[in-house]
Amino acid sequence: MNLLTEPVGIPPYVFVSAVLLVAGIVCMATKRNAIGVLMGIELVLNAANLNFVAFGSRFIAGGESTLGLDGQLMAMFVIVLAAAEAAVALAIVLNYYNNFATVDVDRADDLKG
Amino acid sequence: MDFHQVLPILLGTAWLLPLASFALIVLFGPRMGKAGRYAGYVAAGAIIIAFVLSFVALCGWILHHPLSSPHHAAGHPPAVDPVSGDWYPLGSFGSLNLSIGYYIDSLTIAMFCMVTLVSSCIHVYSFGYMHEELHEVTDPLVTGPGGEPLKRRGRYHRFFQYMSLFCFSMLGLCIAGNIAMVFVFWELVGICSYLLIGFYHERKTASDAGNKAFIVNRVGDFGMIVGLMVVCTGLGTFSFADVKDDRGNVTQTGIFHQVRPPEKDFKLTVPDGMVKLAARGEVARIVRGTRSAVEAEREIRQRIPGWREQGCGYWLLVIGGLGIFCGCIGKSAQFPLHVWLPDAMEGPTPVSALIHAATMVAAGVYLVGRFFPVFTPEVLLVIAYVGCITLFLAATIAITATDIKRVLAYSTVSQLGYMILALGLGGWLAGIFHLFTHSFFKSLLFLCSGSVIHACHTNEMPEMGGLRKKMPWTAYTMLVGCLAIAGAGIPLLIGFSGYHSKDYIIAQALSFRHENPLHGWMFYAAVLGAAMTAFYMFRLWYMTFAGRPRDGHAAEHAHESPWVMIVPLVILAVFAVIAAWTVPLTNLGLEPMLEQSRPLGATEGIDDAVLLSRLDHPAEHESHGHAFHVPATFWAFTAALVGFAFATLFYGVRKLDPENARRTFAPIHWFLLNKWWFDELYHFLFIRPVLIVSSWVAAIDRKGIDWLADNSARLAVAVSRLDDWIDRLFVDRLVDLTAHWTFAAGLYLRRFQTGNLRQYVMWIAVGTVALFVLMSLYWSYAIAAIAGV
Repeated sequence: MNLLTEPVGIPPYVFVSAVLLVAGIVCMATKRNAIGVLMGIELVLNAANLNFVAFGSRFIAGGESTLGLDGQLMAMFVIVLAAAEAAVALAIVLNYYNNFATVDVDRADDLKG
Repeated sequence: MDFHQVLPILLGTAWLLPLASFALIVLFGPRMGKAGRYAGYVAAGAIIIAFVLSFVALCGWILHHPLSSPHHAAGHPPAVDPVSGDWYPLGSFGSLNLSIGYYIDSLTIAMFCMVTLVSSCIHVYSFGYMHEELHEVTDPLVTGPGGEPLKRRGRYHRFFQYMSLFCFSMLGLCIAGNIAMVFVFWELVGICSYLLIGFYHERKTASDAGNKAFIVNRVGDFGMIVGLMVVCTGLGTFSFADVKDDRGNVTQTGIFHQVRPPEKDFKLTVPDGMVKLAARGEVARIVRGTRSAVEAEREIRQRIPGWREQGCGYWLLVIGGLGIFCGCIGKSAQFPLHVWLPDAMEGPTPVSALIHAATMVAAGVYLVGRFFPVFTPEVLLVIAYVGCITLFLAATIAITATDIKRVLAYSTVSQLGYMILALGLGGWLAGIFHLFTHSFFKSLLFLCSGSVIHACHTNEMPEMGGLRKKMPWTAYTMLVGCLAIAGAGIPLLIGFSGYHSKDYIIAQALSFRHENPLHGWMFYAAVLGAAMTAFYMFRLWYMTFAGRPRDGHAAEHAHESPWVMIVPLVILAVFAVIAAWTVPLTNLGLEPMLEQSRPLGATEGIDDAVLLSRLDHPAEHESHGHAFHVPATFWAFTAALVGFAFATLFYGVRKLDPENARRTFAPIHWFLLNKWWFDELYHFLFIRPVLIVSSWVAAIDRKGIDWLADNSARLAVAVSRLDDWIDRLFVDRLVDLTAHWTFAAGLYLRRFQTGNLRQYVMWIAVGTVALFVLMSLYWSYAIAAIAGV
């Protein structure tokens, strides 16, 4: 099996995606800096993107019946939405900073029950 | 445009104007000027414009239907066809059509002119008479809660509001094209009289009088409804005149032509419907016996003349006529329902004038005149008897009454008796003619009495006297009224209006007596009534205006009324003199005018009575011949002169002492002073039994029904208590517990909302992983469950 000519199959992609996801979640869960949390979100989203592209590829999933573009299309959507989300989130962070003079998410517990 | 198309518009507008005024005053009355001052102008304006329109209609009518000379002895000039039609169809029930229609003949137009003229005078007069109502009124006859005289707000606008409604109702009654519409306005007139008689409703006597008028009229209206039902089932139509379609074809024969068909020369004929109704057994047999409906109908139509010969349905016609006349008895205050009219004096005097002259009581006589063709000779005899009894009875009571308005009230009842008597004797023109002349002089007399009361603040004649010098206008216009009602005139030449109309009535009575000696006493009653009329009217005048003041205080403060009250008096006095005159060298006059609407079949004598075959109503033109007219004039004039002479002897020059006469005839005086004990009799016969029955019913109510109601209420309370207990113990507890649990759960769960973002992320991750683990563990079971494997 030649890795340069043959498709590698699903597992490597899924593996990389899982690593990314876990990295993202860990980043979100451990970072106290709001910007860091946003970065973690980006990682999670990109993990999902990788899965979309991988599972949508005609070489891996489809055979002849598909162009293999579905996954890429979804990935494009996710990227656009992520950009929008990042814009909103950054605006929130900015406001938060304005009010509390910090970006430490642990200090944002006004809604504590 | 054709005059006959304009006529309904003219009179319709005249009819609706008072309604518009009523609506305006209802909506904006209190805001019309200070204390509703302008409401009077609105109402008077409406009725005066209505009068102008009616007068235009009158002129137009005379131009289009030239009045012919009333050559009485030679027979009557031909009647003119009425203008009839529908304004607005209300609905049809089977073959029965209800509509707002009109039936206009010269009688309608003359009534319109008379009603609007008299009402206009009364409206203007009321500006002066009712001015006290413009500010706060202190009613000395009513004591408030603390024993002081009652103070209340003035009701000036309300007075004029009711007056407008009253005029509207009366005009509607005159123009009505069908008997159903007549009934509606009949009732409206009744309600207006109720409202106006009870105008000072804080006074117990006034509110009682209003109730009395209303309830007594209900008794008459009961008969009227019976009559209406007979007409409705027997004739199948309410319309007076034939109903025609656009091309002039008759689609439904009216009441008058059904009872007096043109092809039978307007002889009284029992209508087919009534014959069929009376012979319904036979009809049912024929319908059962034949196959097709067409055949059955043909046979029935062939048999109808035979049944009619046997007298089938005649009694239905009699009952119908008696029923309608019953309504007239109530409304026109005839014996035995005359008791409400004297009590109606509790209303303000202009109202009395309106009720007594132009509207309410005229309605009954008008309806008898309008329905004249439908009355069978037997019914006419009943009408004559009722009228005769009324005229005699009321005249005797008027002799002893001391309240100035009560004298006039009984004189009205008596004069109405004259009208009804004349109509019942077949003297259609005489009765209706007297209605018109009476309305002028009686409204004049009432307004004069109002002027006197306004000046003296008392109704009792013994407290008046010598007012002639203080209030000359009132005194001499009232003298004109007295002369008119007594029938003064130069015999066989000319006289006051009452002279002419009363002459016709007495002449008709004389001619009737000639044909039917059995009923001849009615003539003597009428003559005696004429003498009494003159007596009590001049007694009234002498006691009020002549001699020396008996109550110095009252006379000192008496003063002539303001000009708004004088002018109507003068106008009415002029009409009281000339109303019966015909313009010399022409035929312009009330009499030729009324002659044009002489009802069908009343041209010749009526002698086709079935039940009383000897009865014979002589034709009216016979009574105008010399054979009856001259002696009648002599009788009437002598009677009036005798009455006048006695009044002068007793009260004018005081040669005879009324006290003496009173002592001599003490029982009779006592009897008359108590008004023949009619009120007591009715109290004993009707009111007491009703009260007794009501007390029984009240006892049953209290002891039986109330007990039941109370105990069921108690039971309900007990059951509710139990229910309440169950509610608190179980249902409420359940609800409380639920709330408690929810609250506790919330309290517990709020610990998880730490506000720590990173913790949330952890929860999400852990949760997702947990879901994945669970799914991978149970996935195959789930698939199997869904697929049913």
